[in-house]
Amino acid sequence: MSARCLVATLSLLVLVLATLSPTTMAGDNESLTASYRAKGQAGLDRLQQSEMQQACSGPVGMEVAADVATKIQKAAMDGVVLPADGKLLGQWEKGQKIAQTGTGMQSSDDPATPNGGNCYACHQLAPEEISFGTLGPSLAGYGKIRGQSEAMLKYTWTRIWNSHAYSACSHMPRFGDAKILTEEQIRDVMAFLFDPASPVNK
Amino acid sequence: MFSQYREMLGEGNPAELVEMQGEELWSAARGPKNKPLSACDLGLGAGVVAGAYASLPRYFKDAGRVMDLETRLAWCMNDIQGLSESAVTARPFSVQGQTATDLEALTAWIAGQSRGKVISVPQKHAKEQAAFAEGKRLFNYRAGPYDFSCAGCHSQSSKRIRLTVLPNLTTQEGAANAYRSWPAYRVSQGALRTMQWRMVDCARQQRLPELIFGSPAAVSLLTYLGATANGGIMDAPGIKR
Ligand code: HEC
Ligand code: HEC
Repeated sequence: MSARCLVATLSLLVLVLATLSPTTMAGDNESLTASYRAKGQAGLDRLQQSEMQQACSGPVGMEVAADVATKIQKAAMDGVVLPADGKLLGQWEKGQKIAQTGTGMQSSDDPATPNGGNCYACHQLAPEEISFGTLGPSLAGYGKIRGQSEAMLKYTWTRIWNSHAYSACSHMPRFGDAKILTEEQIRDVMAFLFDPASPVNK
Repeated sequence: MFSQYREMLGEGNPAELVEMQGEELWSAARGPKNKPLSACDLGLGAGVVAGAYASLPRYFKDAGRVMDLETRLAWCMNDIQGLSESAVTARPFSVQGQTATDLEALTAWIAGQSRGKVISVPQKHAKEQAAFAEGKRLFNYRAGPYDFSCAGCHSQSSKRIRLTVLPNLTTQEGAANAYRSWPAYRVSQGALRTMQWRMVDCARQQRLPELIFGSPAAVSLLTYLGATANGGIMDAPGIKR
């Protein structure tokens, strides 16, 4: 390869890298903030991406680099908070209601009303409920199939708290980490998944 | 609810009334300048309405930017009729159950004049290409407390939220099925809804702040969707649940 050709290739590479660099992204994001206005509980700060969000915003089909994925998963895992009293299960009846409720944190939602978990938007849960989404796997019979070992309870709590601990670019909301659900609400949802009396396990 | 829906279908699409309202508005002299909108250039030449919707958004030299139909209409209302753009866009969408806004009515009629036309959103001008690229970036942009992007809900085929099938808007087929059917009469809302409304409402579900009508982000997203849908056949205003 001639020296000139090499220079040309290198400058092209620099150009390509520059288009991908965070500085240009930040520039573009000024036009992004100009396109939205704060409303209700949804402020303009919501347009700013976390490191995870930025890493997971590549075009469809693009995978994050393995080292980035490991970093995201570790940060998520380190941030998981287990209840101080060690109680991971609450009341399934309340958990069922939380799983059914789709509102929460929208600009149109009243911040005084507790947020829903919207689990049914993405998962099958109680087999009797026919209105369920399919973005996530079916969780029908969850407790019956998996049992209630401490490891299984902790795994599931972690999934709900921050699913990115296991899957770097998960599409499941970080219910605990992003303070969508309270600790008590997560306990109730856990009971909905695990309690033998819960319709999930019927 | 379902029988009501069927009844409505039997009587024809209620959007037809809104289309008639729009047709009248298009040629009515209005605003401080007391002029009709019919001199407005929707991209195919001054006053040409047939097929205009199927090739929007596009770059407009007089405005110096890419515009979709709704943004363009607001611009023309200002330029030709002397109405202030901020007044026109202050309440672009009707309240549930009330009559359509001027923008909605005009959009319904003009979209109807593209029925059967092939969607051909231009990608020649550098600003049209830039709008597509920005729209694609925003489509994948994860943000907010739920980490949602448009792609999270709309990049896989035959997935559902509850019982609602989510279109895969990253494929030509999925984008075309969506693009061709808007604006649409929403039975559940008793109102005609436009593509700008669709963008604003999905941004709300995304847990983001309010997407501004006609903003660069809204127009970029529509350019990405429209150009991905190229080749599809327009069939709007449609009717939706
Ligand atoms: C926006 C969609 C979405 C919502 C809402 C959602 N999930 Fe998920 N969930 C997923 C996806 C996708 C997965 C698959 C793993 C991954 O990508 O992280 C998953 C995985 C899981 C798993 C692990 C399943 C396994 O096989 O180990 C559990 C448990 C779970 N979700 C529980 C819940 C609960 C409880 C709620 C409601 C509080 C909920 N999810 C809400 C999308 C969602
Ligand atoms: C949380 C999930 C979710 C997110 C995020 C989301 N949407 Fe949607 N979108 C939906 C649902 C659900 C529908 C169907 C609504 C209905 O039929 O009532 C829909 C419908 C649409 C439609 C109309 C499809 C048709 O065939 O009528 C378009 C276009 C669209 N969305 C674009 C977008 C864009 C662009 C974004 C990002 C700004 C986005 N959506 C973000 C859930 C979502």
